[in-house]
Amino acid sequence: MHMADALISPVVGGTLWAATAGLASYAAKKVQSDMDEQKVPLMGVLGAFVFASQMINFTIPGTGSSGHIGGGVLLAILLGPHAAFLTIASILTVQALFFADGGLLALGCNIFNMGFIPCYIAYPFIYKPLVGTTPSQRRIMLGSITAAVVGLQLGAFSVVLETFFSGISALPFSTFVLLMQPIHLAIGLIEGIITAVVIGFIYQEAPQIIQPKAFNQSLGATSIKKVVIVLFILALITGGALSWFASSNPDGLEWSISGTNGEEKLQETDEIHGFFAEIQEKVAFLPDYNFKATSHPTAAEETEATSEAAWPAVDPGTSVAGLVGSVITLILAYFIGKGLQVAAKR
Amino acid sequence: MIKLKSTWLDLRTIDDLAAQNTFIHSLNSCTKLVTTLAFILFVTSFSNYEVTSLIPLLFYPVALMSLGNLPYKPIAKRLLLIAPFIVFIGLLNPIFDKAPIAKLGPFLITGGWLSFLSITIKLLLTVTSALILVATTGMNSICSAMAQIGVPKPIVIQILFMYRYLHVLLEEFLKTNQAYDLRSFKTTGIHYKAWGSLLGQLLLRTMDRAQRIYQAMLCRGFDGKVPLRSAASWTKKEYVYLLFCLFFFLFCRFINIPQTLGRLLTGGFQ
Amino acid sequence: MSHHTIDLTNVFYTYPDGTTALRNLSLHIGHGEAVAIVGSNGSGKTTLLSHLNGVLFPTEGAVNIGGYPVVKETLSHIRRTVGMIFQNPDDQLFMPTVYDDVAFGPLNLGYPPLEVEKRVMSVLKTVGAYALKDRPPYRLSGGQKRAVAIAAVLAMDPAILVMDEPTAALDPLARRKLITLLHTFSHTKIIATHDLDMVLDLCKRTIVLHNGTILADGPTLEIFRNKLILEQAGLEQPFSMQNCPVCSKS
Ligand SMILES: Nc1ncnc2c1ncn2[C@@H]1O[C@H](COP(=O)(O)OP(=O)(O)OP(=O)(O)O)[C@@H](O)[C@H]1O
Ligand SMILES: [Mg+2]
Repeated sequence: MHMADALISPVVGGTLWAATAGLASYAAKKVQSDMDEQKVPLMGVLGAFVFASQMINFTIPGTGSSGHIGGGVLLAILLGPHAAFLTIASILTVQALFFADGGLLALGCNIFNMGFIPCYIAYPFIYKPLVGTTPSQRRIMLGSITAAVVGLQLGAFSVVLETFFSGISALPFSTFVLLMQPIHLAIGLIEGIITAVVIGFIYQEAPQIIQPKAFNQSLGATSIKKVVIVLFILALITGGALSWFASSNPDGLEWSISGTNGEEKLQETDEIHGFFAEIQEKVAFLPDYNFKATSHPTAAEETEATSEAAWPAVDPGTSVAGLVGSVITLILAYFIGKGLQVAAKR
Repeated sequence: MIKLKSTWLDLRTIDDLAAQNTFIHSLNSCTKLVTTLAFILFVTSFSNYEVTSLIPLLFYPVALMSLGNLPYKPIAKRLLLIAPFIVFIGLLNPIFDKAPIAKLGPFLITGGWLSFLSITIKLLLTVTSALILVATTGMNSICSAMAQIGVPKPIVIQILFMYRYLHVLLEEFLKTNQAYDLRSFKTTGIHYKAWGSLLGQLLLRTMDRAQRIYQAMLCRGFDGKVPLRSAASWTKKEYVYLLFCLFFFLFCRFINIPQTLGRLLTGGFQ
Repeated sequence: MSHHTIDLTNVFYTYPDGTTALRNLSLHIGHGEAVAIVGSNGSGKTTLLSHLNGVLFPTEGAVNIGGYPVVKETLSHIRRTVGMIFQNPDDQLFMPTVYDDVAFGPLNLGYPPLEVEKRVMSVLKTVGAYALKDRPPYRLSGGQKRAVAIAAVLAMDPAILVMDEPTAALDPLARRKLITLLHTFSHTKIIATHDLDMVLDLCKRTIVLHNGTILADGPTLEIFRNKLILEQAGLEQPFSMQNCPVCSKS
């Protein structure tokens, strides 16, 4: 479920970066004011634990395949939402750096999808009410599975939205939804079951770990609600501001806003796509002047919306020149690389 | 288990590479972090159908890998592991976007194919630049850089601690998993009946470890604050590097170098 | 100097799960003594050591270090006095590099940066780990980790050194080096170990633990010659004291 840099636009990436950065500093403050010093090593080691257990394959009975754990809900149960959120964020950061799993620009998206959603939505609003203050194996099972499934569904949907708003994949919105949601239903079930059996095991072997702490020390629903609201407002404002700036201000001089604004366009998905395609077009520093990118056959409306410049700018000469130049550039890159290598060794 | 092992090996490999001593390694970590972020921002800001003008940006990873004495193999391997899903998504573009956009001899090129190529190049560029950053800087220095650009300290400490114990736990998990595989006579994965107890045992052990670490910290005067070394300051070298890179990125962003070059050679300017 | 002494009086300890690990334990260790704590797995060695710097507090009875009772209020003083080297060095080396790890204690004690640096360099040289100072801990061998863990404790300048299985998982050479290093310390030393040959080498006095009580306490040689006690405690005579069938023939 990792989003990749290659599939997102700077606007989407930047917006979610801003949102998660704000949330992370909020969570950091919360964890700090918790004054639970014990959490410093605990969070670190549990982060490593989840990271390593993501690499273990669990065989799914009856099928030949296997699944693994994401860990967001598990960490939230063990650490409470704030510390769990920071822990997931650190896991995703290391994965982005060392394994190129998700990218640096997509890090905000990934932390949002796999950290914010399980820790601040699935855990407080699903796991906690379902398990209540008197956990039992049955309730833990029910709570973990539901929380994981809902968390992953929301996460997958968020991936679809982020990809869609980035406008880099040409996949139609509905196709992408149909592709993502069922797969993540299965993944969510497995994750939920693994979380449930692990928490069930701990509950049986060392109930003190789960019972007193997780339920007393993690904040009440009200403050979580506040966080959610603040975050969404923040995301909306940042996103809105960025897209407004981008769409109304292509050359950085005009600060006028056109008649249509984001809200109205949100009614129809194809229009949203067109809207964001436009932003995408304009946020790019310069209009593309060679291969003029204009038309989408699947979204005819868009073509109308965006293509002032006539398509296609089909000019065989341009294409040949581009190809020849690219090959030469590649060859140059190779030789410069070799040259620098020799130079560096000396 | 194969994944566990390869993860562990990859982590060690990149960590080893970061311990080298080249010009790139010697640069301030903050400079490299900022440059990498800028690079990724530039790459992703190119429009969907941009192919040729992205190519000169390859100079950046190529130059860094040469100057930083980084081998191609582990980076290429990572790239291949990451690529399938993104390439798959990218390959759907030609299906959904069939508008012809350019002509190459007798062939018409559709928007879908162009954007697919563009995604692939962007993937190549973003993945390599992130890997190059760690392989020339190392996790500890990246963390100092993060602290320097204002990431809250608890987050930096969290990443440092996690990274430290990731090495320990991966090794421990590998042993446990090997023991499991030896007794289960098959290596497909963990049977569902063992899910809870296997991961649960590991979790309990991990929490005990956290407790012992906490005690070790207390024994050495820990009172909630972890002292961090601050990152080195910027020198002329760093500013020159950053400016040079930014200038290069801007240049690539505004001038389609291959196109210009190709025009010159094929006589497009006549 | 009476302040490097250790006194336990009628100490009982029961873990939260109900396991009683120490039963009515009393002992006195004087200034500058080197004492070994031996006993089979689960006999209570680690539990006993954990009482010496307030990682655990007795369920019953009292612990005194240098005349101060080990209670919450005296903890910061006690932890400066007693340097604890843990069974697993990985638990103790939690900072990103060797240097940072050794500096952790002195920085927390509030020494000025220059003084911290001087200390770190000097203890790293003492344990022969100076060249490792910029390495991350997971890049060290078992013996190197142990050396650095000791340096990290020495940097806090403790009066009493408490060690839990310091030679576990060391190869013969690393073990020898460690023993030589420990010989050079004039601190009060308490070493819990299964390595009875090292005990012969380092400690004049040995305390035998069994099921959380003291089975024997006396001069090392005397105890190791007493096969009855060793058998009862589930221990074997150190190799160097066993009659070698090959040698005895010649
Ligand atoms: N955290 C704990 N919770 C409950 N019981 C414990 C705990 N730690 C140790 N015990 C029990 O206390 C007893 C003494 O354990 P201790 O760790 O002190 O033994 P030890 O002599 O250090 O053993 P070893 O040689 O294996 O290190 C054992 O019966 C053990 O099972
Ligand atoms: Mg022990």
